[in-house]
Amino acid sequence: MIELKDVHKSFGRNEVLKGISASVEKAEVVCIIGPSGSGKSTILRCINGLESYDRGDIRVEGTRVARDGASITAIRTQVSMVFQRFNLFPHRTALENVIEGPVFVKKEPRAQAVERGRALLAQVGLADKADAHPPQLSGGQQQRVAIARALAMQPKAILFDEPTSALDPELVGEVLAVMRKLADDGMTMVVVTHEMGFAREVADRVLFIDGGIIVEQGPAKGLLNQPQHPRTQDFLRRVLHPL
Amino acid sequence: MEKFARDAAEFLPILLNGVALTIIVTLGSLLLSTLLGLVWAMMRVSGVAALSWLSAAFINLIRGIPIIVLLFYLYFVMPDLGVSMTALQAAIIGLGVAYSAYQAENFRAGIEAIDKGQIEAAHSIGMGWWLTMRRVILPQAVRIVLPPYGNVMIMMLKDSSQASTITVAELALQGKLIASSTFKNTSVFTLVALMYLTMSIPLILLVRHFEKRASHR
Repeated sequence: MIELKDVHKSFGRNEVLKGISASVEKAEVVCIIGPSGSGKSTILRCINGLESYDRGDIRVEGTRVARDGASITAIRTQVSMVFQRFNLFPHRTALENVIEGPVFVKKEPRAQAVERGRALLAQVGLADKADAHPPQLSGGQQQRVAIARALAMQPKAILFDEPTSALDPELVGEVLAVMRKLADDGMTMVVVTHEMGFAREVADRVLFIDGGIIVEQGPAKGLLNQPQHPRTQDFLRRVLHPL
Repeated sequence: MEKFARDAAEFLPILLNGVALTIIVTLGSLLLSTLLGLVWAMMRVSGVAALSWLSAAFINLIRGIPIIVLLFYLYFVMPDLGVSMTALQAAIIGLGVAYSAYQAENFRAGIEAIDKGQIEAAHSIGMGWWLTMRRVILPQAVRIVLPPYGNVMIMMLKDSSQASTITVAELALQGKLIASSTFKNTSVFTLVALMYLTMSIPLILLVRHFEKRASHR
C-alpha cells in the first residue's frame, strides 16, 4: 500500500536518508525505531509530502508522492498524520478540530460530519470534551483528539510521529490504548516511536533505522527479542536498560 | 476661562464640520490600508518569489517617502499625467497607500508568528494554501495583530491632519483658518487639540481591550 524505493533526502549538506526502501501492506502496523536524528520522522514526512525527497520513489497505492504535484492533496486525505506535539488548532473546539477536514476539504455536509465527529470523539474516550478548546485539555486528551481528527478523514493509513514523546509518563498509556484499538480494528499504521513495549505487542514489523539507512528489519518480536545487527543490539540495550 | 467658553461656543460648529471630514479621511484610509496591507502581506508569504519580491519592493518604496510628499504627488502631479481627483480622494488614497506598508508588515509579523506545526497539521488534512490561510492562520494571527492595529488607527486619526496640506478642510485646517482670521490662537488650537484627544480616547481604550484579550490566550 505504501512503497518506498531508494529514497534519498538531504537537508543542505546533511544527508538524512541514504536510500530507504520499504513497504507497508494494508492493515499492517509497522514501527520505526532508532536513535534521534536517524531520519525516522523524515521518512514519515516524506510519505505524505510534508517534506520533499531528492531521489527515489514513494508511492501510496500506486500514486507517486510529489510534493508539488496535484495528487498531493488526494494522498494527504488518504494518509493522515498524528504529530508529536499534537498540533491541534487552538482556536477551535475538539469537535471543530475533528470536523475541519471533512467539512472544508472533503465538503461533507456539516450535520453528517458532526455526527461522525462525535462518534469518533467517543471512540477515543472524549465524548464529554467535544466543546473544550485544546488548551483546556491534558496532553493525552489532546493527542486523542488529534487521532480522532486523523480518523475523521477516513484515511487508508495513519502516520504517527512519536505520538507519546511529548506526554507526561502517566498519560502515555491512554494514547497507546487508543492506538492499539485502531491496530486491532485493521488500520494501516506507520509509527515512529520509542515505546518498545508498544512495538513488541502491537507492531507486525519493526524497522531499525540508524544513520539514514535501514539497519535491520523484521517481525516485531524477533527483532526486539533477538536483534541480529550489533547496532540494533546496542540501541535496544541502551533504550531498555538506560542505567 | 470664561473667554475660552465663549470662543468655544462660537467656533465649535465650524470645527465640527472639520471633525466630520477628519473621520471620513481616517475611516476611508483605514479601510484602504487594511485591504492593501492584507494583499501585500499575502504576496509576501505566498512562497512565490516574484510576488514576494514585488511586495517587499513596494513596501520599501512607500516607507521611504514622506506621507506629505505622497499627498502632493497625488494631488498636484497626477493631474499632469491625466489623472485628476478631488482633494478628499487624494487624501484617502495617499494615506491609505502610505499606511498599507505598515499594515502589511504588521500582518506579516502576525502570520509568521503562527507555529509551523499548525501549517503542517492543516496540510496533513489536505488543506491547500488558501484554505490553510483562511481557516488556520488568519484566525489565529488576528489576535496577535489587533493591538498594533489599534495603534495604527490612532496614528491614522492624527495623521489625517496632513490632508490639510492638500486643501481638505478637516479639523486641523478649519482650526488654522479660524485662527488666522480671528487671531484667537490659544482658544482655537486648544479646542482642536482637545477634539483630537476626544476622538483618540475611545481608540486608546479599544487598544487596551485588544491587549488584554491577546494576553489571555
